[in-house]
Amino acid sequence: MKIMVNGKQEVLKDSISIGEYITQKGLNPDTVVVEHNYNIIQKEEWSNVFLKENDVLEVLRFVGGG
Amino acid sequence: MDDKLVIGGKELESRLFVGTGKYSSDSLIPSILEKSGAQVITVALRRMDFQSSTENVLDYIPKGIQLLPNTSGARNAQEAIRIARLARAAGCGNWIKIEIISDNKYLLPDGYETIKATETLAAEGFVVLPYISPDLMVARKLVEAGAAAVMPLGAPIGTNRGLKTKELIRILIEEIPLPVIVDAGIGRPSHACEAMEMGAAACLLNTAIATAEDPVLMAEAFGKAVQAGRQAYLAGLGAESMYADASSPLTGFLR
Repeated sequence: MKIMVNGKQEVLKDSISIGEYITQKGLNPDTVVVEHNYNIIQKEEWSNVFLKENDVLEVLRFVGGG
Repeated sequence: MDDKLVIGGKELESRLFVGTGKYSSDSLIPSILEKSGAQVITVALRRMDFQSSTENVLDYIPKGIQLLPNTSGARNAQEAIRIARLARAAGCGNWIKIEIISDNKYLLPDGYETIKATETLAAEGFVVLPYISPDLMVARKLVEAGAAAVMPLGAPIGTNRGLKTKELIRILIEEIPLPVIVDAGIGRPSHACEAMEMGAAACLLNTAIATAEDPVLMAEAFGKAVQAGRQAYLAGLGAESMYADASSPLTGFLR
């Protein structure tokens, strides 16, 4: 199953939830924000939204800026 | 002295806002905040880089400091609105610095797109602080659009050149019924002090501190300069004149 994450293609074996994806990447859920097919997904919903073929995911975080 | 700056219902003691970009290490940030006294700090939102470390700038920002995420990277209102909504969803409050730039040489903001984004985001309950060229008509439309402040540039971002737009900023301070926060271009504590003496509500700076040889000491210097300038504004500056006016009595000379 192919999805786009932050502009790059990734291949997932199974359909997993956004929550599982974030955990698998070793990310701290409190420090990231997720957009799924251009919709913001609140953290409470991460475990209910499953990734599908051709989904577009953006995983963002705060960095230094002026 | 009770002289608080109120933005979006929040009372601020310090009139210095600082950025978090360009530091040699983010670990300097707590000392920057402590020494400068700044209570508002800007951050940017970017794609996670899964290859590099997962270190997060937020880890270095103490609780109680007001985060001001910016929309840097946005080239139009639509992109700025998208970034603002994501920043709010990250759970760090509802303040947003609108920064919409499509000019890569001078990084000058797009007033028209900034007004559009401000209208939408203010209606959604954001505390909107737009970065603008010091244009009176743009600033007036931002007041109507529901901005919480206006943030005119003193000189292009990162140039450290000071208040090149001084006369236009003076007009904004006189005419705009919102806090005028000088953002961008301030390179020296004396520049920040000058902006505050003119009646600016606050100064936002990043490069001048982050690229100093000793950023923490420079942060302290800026904190003092902003305070001094504010006090001078409140005290009321004496009038200038062309000719000398003796400070000592002109009578009773010893001859």
